[in-house]
Amino acid sequence: MDRKVIEQHVTWEEYQKIVKLLGREPNLVELGIFSAMWSEHCSYKSSRPHLKKFPTEAPWVVQGPGENAGIIEVDEEKGICAAFKVESHNHPSFIEPFHGAATGVGGILRDVFTMGARPVACMDSLRFGELNDPKMRYVAKGVVSGISHYGNCVGVPTVGGEVYFDSCYQTNPLVNAFALGIVKKDKIFYARAAGVGNPVIYVGAKTGRDGIHGATMASEEFSSEEEVEKKVNVQVGDPFMEKLLIEACLEAMEKEGIVAIQDMGAAGLTSSSVEMASRGGVGVVLYLDKVPTREEGMTPYEIMLSESQERMLVVCEKGKEEEIMEVFRRWELDACVIGEVIEEPVLRLYWHGEKVAELPVKALTDEAPVYYRPFRIPSYIKENESYDQNSIPEPEDYNQVVKDLLTSPTIASKRWIWEQYDHMVQINTVVYPGSDAAVLRVKESRRGIAISSDCNSRYCYLNPYEGGKIAVAEAARNVACSGAVPRAITDCLNFGSPEDPEIMWQFVKATDGMADACSVLETPVVSGNVSFYNETVTEEGKRAVYPTPTVVCVGVLKDVEKRMTSFFKDSGDLLILLGESRGNVSGSEYQKLVTGDIAGRGQEIDLRFEKTLQRALVESIEAGLIKHAHDVSEGGIAVNLFESSFERELGFRVEFDDEIRSDFLLFGEDQSRVVISVSPEKLEDVLKFFEERTVPAKVIGKVTDDGRGVILHKGKELVNLSVSEMKRLYETALEKKLSGEC
Amino acid sequence: MVFGIPVYPGSNCDRDVGWVIEKVLGQKVRYLWHRETDLSGIDCIVIPGGFSYGDYLRAGAMAKLSPVTESICDFAERGGLVMGICNGFQILLEAGLLPGAMLPNKTLSFICKFVNLRVENNKTPFTSLYKKGEVVSIPIAHAEGNYTCPPETLREIEENGQVVVRYSSPDGEVSEEFNPNGSLNNIAGICNKKGNVFGLMPHPERASEAILGSTDGLKMFQSIVQSLLKA
Repeated sequence: MDRKVIEQHVTWEEYQKIVKLLGREPNLVELGIFSAMWSEHCSYKSSRPHLKKFPTEAPWVVQGPGENAGIIEVDEEKGICAAFKVESHNHPSFIEPFHGAATGVGGILRDVFTMGARPVACMDSLRFGELNDPKMRYVAKGVVSGISHYGNCVGVPTVGGEVYFDSCYQTNPLVNAFALGIVKKDKIFYARAAGVGNPVIYVGAKTGRDGIHGATMASEEFSSEEEVEKKVNVQVGDPFMEKLLIEACLEAMEKEGIVAIQDMGAAGLTSSSVEMASRGGVGVVLYLDKVPTREEGMTPYEIMLSESQERMLVVCEKGKEEEIMEVFRRWELDACVIGEVIEEPVLRLYWHGEKVAELPVKALTDEAPVYYRPFRIPSYIKENESYDQNSIPEPEDYNQVVKDLLTSPTIASKRWIWEQYDHMVQINTVVYPGSDAAVLRVKESRRGIAISSDCNSRYCYLNPYEGGKIAVAEAARNVACSGAVPRAITDCLNFGSPEDPEIMWQFVKATDGMADACSVLETPVVSGNVSFYNETVTEEGKRAVYPTPTVVCVGVLKDVEKRMTSFFKDSGDLLILLGESRGNVSGSEYQKLVTGDIAGRGQEIDLRFEKTLQRALVESIEAGLIKHAHDVSEGGIAVNLFESSFERELGFRVEFDDEIRSDFLLFGEDQSRVVISVSPEKLEDVLKFFEERTVPAKVIGKVTDDGRGVILHKGKELVNLSVSEMKRLYETALEKKLSGEC
Repeated sequence: MVFGIPVYPGSNCDRDVGWVIEKVLGQKVRYLWHRETDLSGIDCIVIPGGFSYGDYLRAGAMAKLSPVTESICDFAERGGLVMGICNGFQILLEAGLLPGAMLPNKTLSFICKFVNLRVENNKTPFTSLYKKGEVVSIPIAHAEGNYTCPPETLREIEENGQVVVRYSSPDGEVSEEFNPNGSLNNIAGICNKKGNVFGLMPHPERASEAILGSTDGLKMFQSIVQSLLKA
């Protein structure tokens, strides 16, 4: 085969390995299959050794990584479980924002209902560049409408998410889609093919030429000229088809006879058939001419590598196929037998009677290359060590700083976005977007499910180890603020090229931090994915995104009626700060606002204390001691207080006496801090409660009814602003910036 | 009492409506696949929201051709109670059971949020338990809820009291400021002349339990039960 053709698929070294494994040269179909299965996206060849660090087990974990989604128990008595996963769709979303984001939602939903779970919630973690760039405004709006279009139509509520803006995403936005479904413990379906002679059924949309080599594309960096060319590679989603597929699959699963089921995601028919065979230790034979196609003249190569959306592969017991297919046909979906399970562990493909490929399943999966990529500490880390935050000039007008922070896109209300998402359909959402975590009720159970997605990539850039810890801790803290015990996480590791040792160092350190946090906080990793090559070649050289290990934490509330929001409830309530302020502004929104950049050693976290804080917080909520809880994050304590005041337009008056520079105190982003409110008669009990649990708790002021947000430091009034006026600015800032008004 | 809930390919609020009717209201539900035509034994039809047929062509345009829609038209003709919520309202318009049509929202985007509605007509079987002029809080979730009709139709439905609910302020003030989607005269829901067919964009099933933040929508279902008991 021509070396050029080979190197379009795999590296020359990998090709040598393939030849050795097969004992012969592969043909083009086979080479295409190898390139997809051995791509970074499917094989995790650079990340696999590091992912082993993650704790993945706990008594409540029913299914850890390795399946389509992770599963935890929600209600042990009733056998109710939650299946969930987050996955990246970064590259397609930059090329074609609307369809890229939409198909991201579609793909993650399939991962969840494949397990037999009815999807009940979506979330999206989005990262865009600065909005003064018209291209970025187009991308951001396109992504939001893509998610809205798909999620709304399939009838799964998008209950929250996060959106960050930073120039590091200017040419590489991130779109991470999360979905969660509910499944009974004894009704979980797996993607493990079994039973020699059992038929392999293809269901759903017809196969077209869209998305060929999507998995390989996700494993490369971009150069801007290529974008247009690659547009043909982005799949187009059809949420209507997906909705039918959800209903049909869940209905078919009610019947006896389904052995295994898997969606056709990245690398389509290739990965779905190979992975099902691999997990089951069997082989699969497919008759590709039987695959329903959308276009004339498609070749076996194209059929195997197409990433057409809304397709599933099902293995069922022999003799049950007609009954199963009848369900799909009733939902007006294509369903046909395209192959069968065989004993010999190979993938064998036929095309009109002629064998066109035969590959050992192991060669495609277990034998895939593993790269122990070299890594080295980047020079910027050392340079940042000597940074002194006192070089930041102290502001003259604190009111102005608060206004600027509340209107910065990262902090400003995301209402404009989430009002475009149906966040209520299925009538389970009991804490709407805008609070620290979304909370869902579980019908037929007292339990509730809390979900929060987090990652501050600036912290991760300045200190990947601490940043990785914080990503996990913050997601868990937000879940705890809603009254839920954090139970597990799913993650989406978005990084630059693993071939760059400095990027690899970020990856190693960030995952070290995450692993430590997951283990201390008892939130194992149950699913996730890795997205490398989030970098673009620009005129000024290569530009990688900040390390962004997005973490979505799922927690369980014992009693959903006890759920907590992050909003003030009544004037006269006392405000208490849990945790301690140190005044670190490194990597903060304030530092970025004032200096235009981030510097220093980032934020740090004490995981033991974090756990103590979270457990105490959940306990205090379960005991009905507190009235609101809001974690201190971007923008510091000043922003935290305003955010809590907006819902009911209540005021607050707080006074600090800490020996810290005022701006560092108000806008510092020290970790492990939560502001809570309590009614006056419970104050003593609450203070005692936290003292007994060794959590520093200090009364800082109270909720007022005068509609003013007032902050004093050592007797000096620094902030005095109208809450309703700030609310107006906070809620309209994003829309204004997206329309290019400012 | 049996409520029939038609399920078109793409309906997605069918289970929500069913949940409220069964679990909150304690009445019976029969889901009707869009190919079904037998409505015998059904006391009231509630067409749920969603994206029937993906809203391809036009919201509700394909669903009107479904066999079940034809039966619903006969059912309405005979005086049966029919309520259409959101996409259900769009289907009722497309099927000609209610006058007018829907345009895309003035924002050109999907909107999901709680809105305030002023009850204009409490003499219908769907609103009898509300007070006239009462303001209720019920969410909307749609991309095409900008109600429109020819001027003479508008005059007619206004004069006949066919405008059942209107978008308003929390105090009941009806103005452009409180019109989320650009709808003519802030119309959120209308009924036919006989009063047995009612369509509205807001989702009463999403405001029927305290845990969801509002129970203002429940009275709509309770009104139906009471009307049927009286009949």
